[in-house]
Formats: sequence, structure tokens, C-alpha cells
Amino acid sequence: MSLARKRILIAKPGLDGHDVGAKVIALALRDAGADVIYTGLRRTPDYIVRIAVEEDVDMLGLSILSGSHKELVEDVIAKLREADAGDIKVFVGGTIPVEDHEALLKAGVCGVFTSEMKIDSVIGAIDRELAEG
Amino acid sequence: MSVPAAKKTEQAATQFDALGTTPSGIEVPITVTPEMTVSDGSGPGEFPYTRGIFPNGYRGRLWTIRQYSGFGTAEATNERYRFLLDRGQTGLSVALDLPTQCGYDPTDPIARSEIGKVGVSLSNLAEAEILFDSIDLSKISTSFTINGTAAIVYALYLAAADKKGVAREKLTGTIQNDILKEYVARGTWIFPVRPSMRLIADSVLYANEQTPRFNPISIAGAHVRDAGSTAVEEMGYTLANGLAYVEEFMRRGGDVNAFAKRLSFFFYVHMDLFEEVAKFRAGRRIWAKLLSERFGVTDEKALHFRFGVVCGGSSLTAAQPYNNIVRVGIETVAAVMGGAQSIFTCAFDEAFQIPTETSAEIALRTQQIVAHESGVARTVDPLGGSYYAEWLTDRMEEEILKVMRGIDDYGGVVKSIEDGYLQAQIAERARERKQAVDDGLRKVVGVNLGERATRDQDSGEVFRLDPEGVRQVLEKYQKVRDSRDDAAVERSLARLGEAAAKDDENVMPYLVECCHAYATVGEMVAALKKEWGEFREPIRF
Repeated sequence: MSLARKRILIAKPGLDGHDVGAKVIALALRDAGADVIYTGLRRTPDYIVRIAVEEDVDMLGLSILSGSHKELVEDVIAKLREADAGDIKVFVGGTIPVEDHEALLKAGVCGVFTSEMKIDSVIGAIDRELAEG
Repeated sequence: MSVPAAKKTEQAATQFDALGTTPSGIEVPITVTPEMTVSDGSGPGEFPYTRGIFPNGYRGRLWTIRQYSGFGTAEATNERYRFLLDRGQTGLSVALDLPTQCGYDPTDPIARSEIGKVGVSLSNLAEAEILFDSIDLSKISTSFTINGTAAIVYALYLAAADKKGVAREKLTGTIQNDILKEYVARGTWIFPVRPSMRLIADSVLYANEQTPRFNPISIAGAHVRDAGSTAVEEMGYTLANGLAYVEEFMRRGGDVNAFAKRLSFFFYVHMDLFEEVAKFRAGRRIWAKLLSERFGVTDEKALHFRFGVVCGGSSLTAAQPYNNIVRVGIETVAAVMGGAQSIFTCAFDEAFQIPTETSAEIALRTQQIVAHESGVARTVDPLGGSYYAEWLTDRMEEEILKVMRGIDDYGGVVKSIEDGYLQAQIAERARERKQAVDDGLRKVVGVNLGERATRDQDSGEVFRLDPEGVRQVLEKYQKVRDSRDDAAVERSLARLGEAAAKDDENVMPYLVECCHAYATVGEMVAALKKEWGEFREPIRF
């Protein structure tokens, strides 16, 4: 697994309080050997980017179930680039309508995961992304 | 010869009901025999109310059909309310957007991307006046799913009623006002646990006096359930929270025989029909016994465990969404056989979007079909006396009490929350539940049984929020800020802060005064934060 000892930040941007998906993925990544940091709820894109840079993470997962995914994802990616941390890969999980997936991928995320996907396949996809470097 | 674990899982996944347990993990015998059941012998309307709180069930009064709804602007939501009332809905249920729920004004940087997304934006009295325009608040009961800012939204409702000239004692409805479960699952906390408990006590005691027909708290298990807990834990945590509130209100000088009459509860109904019915029967029994034994409650109405439910939630799937209509139908039957006082049926597309008018209407019609065609509401507690239902009620009662003892052993609800103990337990349980579905041990049609190779877009109409809404909300907000009497706002906010600083003062009258002066939700929250600080979330998983 490429996940071993990789540093991954799981973050909850915006005001959405649904953190089950974020925690389930955090637990699964931890069990797969990654060093996982979880931000807790209600974080601004600025805060998330700051923690990602300070903690020197390899990857950043954003969990959003409030329908604000487009704005928040674009904001985080722009701020990562501003902070000269555009190499940190970003994935997004949550309630994301299928018709929005393409736009998010175009905006620069490496994966869009929804609750009906198997945990194993989400972890597998993250692992492959990390392997690609 | 031992079979490898992976092989076992594979075999089990192909069997019908491989686990042979309810979703809470209670092992169910193939046959329940009469000697396995012990009924408590009570009838409907008799202590401990296992069979229901009313002797005549739904014959006296049908449950309230109450669809959770709200999005975008107060104008758009008011229009949807009038649509639902026109089609036979009997009470309103207000969905508020996240800035309103978390106490931020729409202009706050963290609020901008969330305005009107998951509910209506309600930042001040002017918006409340629009929201309830042409709706008779003396006749229609209104429920607000609001917690962190519940006292403020309740104050806005009172101010709106005052302005419409509706007498406060005529107001009916509910504010959820259950902060304990927000720390555990739903996440719209603002202040630390202890000042939050004070704010809830303030609002409940004030409401008992000012709006005697209004339910100032609805102790909710639904969100904990949705976050991953089992039916047993949902009931166990909720009853434990309920007891914590009762103790707090008594400490503040409330008369338990009076305030307990206005306590209500709120739960999810999921797909395992008998477990859900047994959960409600057991919950009624435990609550009545605990209030009577532990607090000496004697007033019969104060012993009544009244609850509303939501059918849908995490049992709904985004895959093959029309199947959700059937799920919600079964869950509605379970809610009725469990004796619910009000029901909210989710729309089939609610797993992934705000319902369209079509899907919202089907959800409403589902309740009417169960009410008027199925006949399940004809007689009280129709499953009473069923060997399985009675046995499972007893088993659920045992397991729920175990969960409650677990919290007591840890040091009580408040400590469990402050330490992040309950939060961590629920996350673990969510993962188990997800893994069981991933492994095929729990079947979900369309997801791990009968799934299609490709996810097609068969969800019918797509709901799109009017993008103009955000601009309108911001414009209206600015207009209120520009036209109000700033000195009066400052004065009322200062008085609110002074009241909050004193432990023995009730902040409610000051909040109502702020609302009348057109102070905003964000301003009132800021004034309280200054005195009480903010909750620091324990990160533990």
C-alpha cells in the first residue's frame, strides 16, 4: 500500500455538521497505515489550507454535505495554489450530485466519493492516487 | 475444518438474512412462543403506556402530518408552505439554513456559500414576518428544527406573532432546542455545554409560562441514529439526554409535574419494522417508569412520552431513488403502529437534493394513504399481543437500559460529550454499519442487491435553488440594517449581555426585546458568545 505513513488531512469546510463520512474515511485510512489529521467541524478554507501546509500533508480530503461543494472546493484549491501548495492532492466526499462530479474534477480534485461507494474502493482509489505521486 | 473469514463472509452474503439479528444486533429466534413473552398487562392510556399514551389511539386525533421544508428565501419558503397547507398538510416544519443554525449573519465570510442551501435564511424579524405571511399562527402549529440558536429563533417567532397580533398563549408548535445531541451528531453547537444547558432551561421555563401550548424542547435521537447509532442506542442516548434536561430544569426551580408535560421527543424510523415499533413501545415504558420512580412524577400527562418521527434519512438511497417511495411507506406504517404523534415523510429524492414539488407531494400522499386506506390506524397498538412484538419490546427495553447504564458509568451525558466519548462510539458504529453493507451482510436493494452496473439519472426532476436568492437575502439584510434604530439595537444587545452574565437571570425576555428592535441572529449570538465563549470540539476518533 502506498498509504503507509502518508499524511492525510480530512477537513470539514463550511458550516455543515455531518461528520460521519469524514470520520469513517479517517478511521479506514488510519487502519490502512496513513497518518490522519482531522480538523473537526466548521473550518474556513483559509484555516484548512494553513493546516495542510503546516502539517506538510500529502493529501487533503474535503467532506461536504450541504450542497456548497462547488464554492468551497474551488476556494480551497485556489488558496492551496496561492500558498504554493498546489501539489497537495485534493479529494472530496459527501452528498455530491452526479452531474457536479465532472465540474469538480475539472476544478482540480483527484476523486469524488459518495456514501454508496464501498469503503475499500474509496481507500483503493486514494491509494492509487498517492502511488502516482 | 475451519473456513477462512473472507470465505465465510462471502457465503453469508449470499444467504437470506445471514445475520439473523435485528439491526441493533438482537438475536431473533425463528419462532417466538407464547411462554417467551411477558406483557406488562397495561392497556392503552394506562401506565407505563407501552401500548400508547391515549386510550383511543388515533380515533380521537390523527397524527400531525408535518413535512420538513425550507430553502432559499423566506418568500420562496412561504410559497412552499402555502402549497403544502393547500394540499392537506396540517402543521409546518421549518428547515433553516446553516448560517441561521450556527448563529452567523448572511454577510459573515463563513456563511456566504451556505445561504439558503439546506433551509431558509432567517436572520432577523423582517424575514420571520415574510416567512409567516398569510399563515394563521393561532391555528397552524409550527415546528423548528433549531438547536444552537433555538432560543433566538423562538424569540423571533414570538416577536412575529406579537407583530401579527396573535396572542402568545394561542401559539402551538415545537422548537427542537436539544443541544446535547448536537455535540454528539448534528454539529450546530455554538456555546460550551454548560451555558448551553442554561440557555435551554431559560427558554423552556419561559415558554411554559408564556406559550403554555408550545413544546419548547424536542429531545431528538434521529440525528444520532442517522450518524450511525443503532435503534437501541438512539433510544438509550435520547432518554439519557432527556433525564439530563429534567435534572437541569429541576435544578433551576422548574416543577417537574408541569414542565414534563411539554417535553417531546423526535426519532428516526428505519426499515426494520418490528424493531422500530418495539423501540417506541419500550421507550414509552422506560420514560414513564423513570419519571415516576426517579423524580416522583404523579401527573399523568407529565409521564406521557410524546414523539414525532422522520421516515427516511439514512435508509434512503441515491441509487434507484424511486425505491425510496416504498421504503418511506413501510416506515410510515411502523411509525403509526409505534404510536407517533407527528410524522414527517422524506421525499424519495431527499437523499441527494431538496425535494421538488412532485416528490414532496408523493411524500405527503404516502401519509394520507397509510392514514385513510391501510386501516393500521383503526385500532390502538395493533401489534400489541403479537408474540414477536411483545418479546422484542422487552428485549429492546433491556438493551436500551444497558446503554443508559453505560453512560451513567462513564460519568453522565455531559462528561461523555465533553470527552468526545459518545462521538467516538458513534463513528465506530457508523463504520460497522457501512462495512456490513459493503460486505453484503446487510442488504440494501439497489446498493448491494439488484444494483445496476451504471448509475443512471432516473430521479426525475432536478431541484435547483434560484441563484438570485442569495443576492435577495443580502439586499434585504442590508435594508434592515440601514432602516432600524441602531441606538435601540445597541441598548437591547447590551441588556442581553448583562442578563447573560448573571446566572440567575432568564435571558429570554431580553432576546425577544432584541428581536423587536431588529437585532440580527448574528448580533445576538455574538453578544452571548462574549459572555459564554465557544464550544471546543474534542477531536477523538
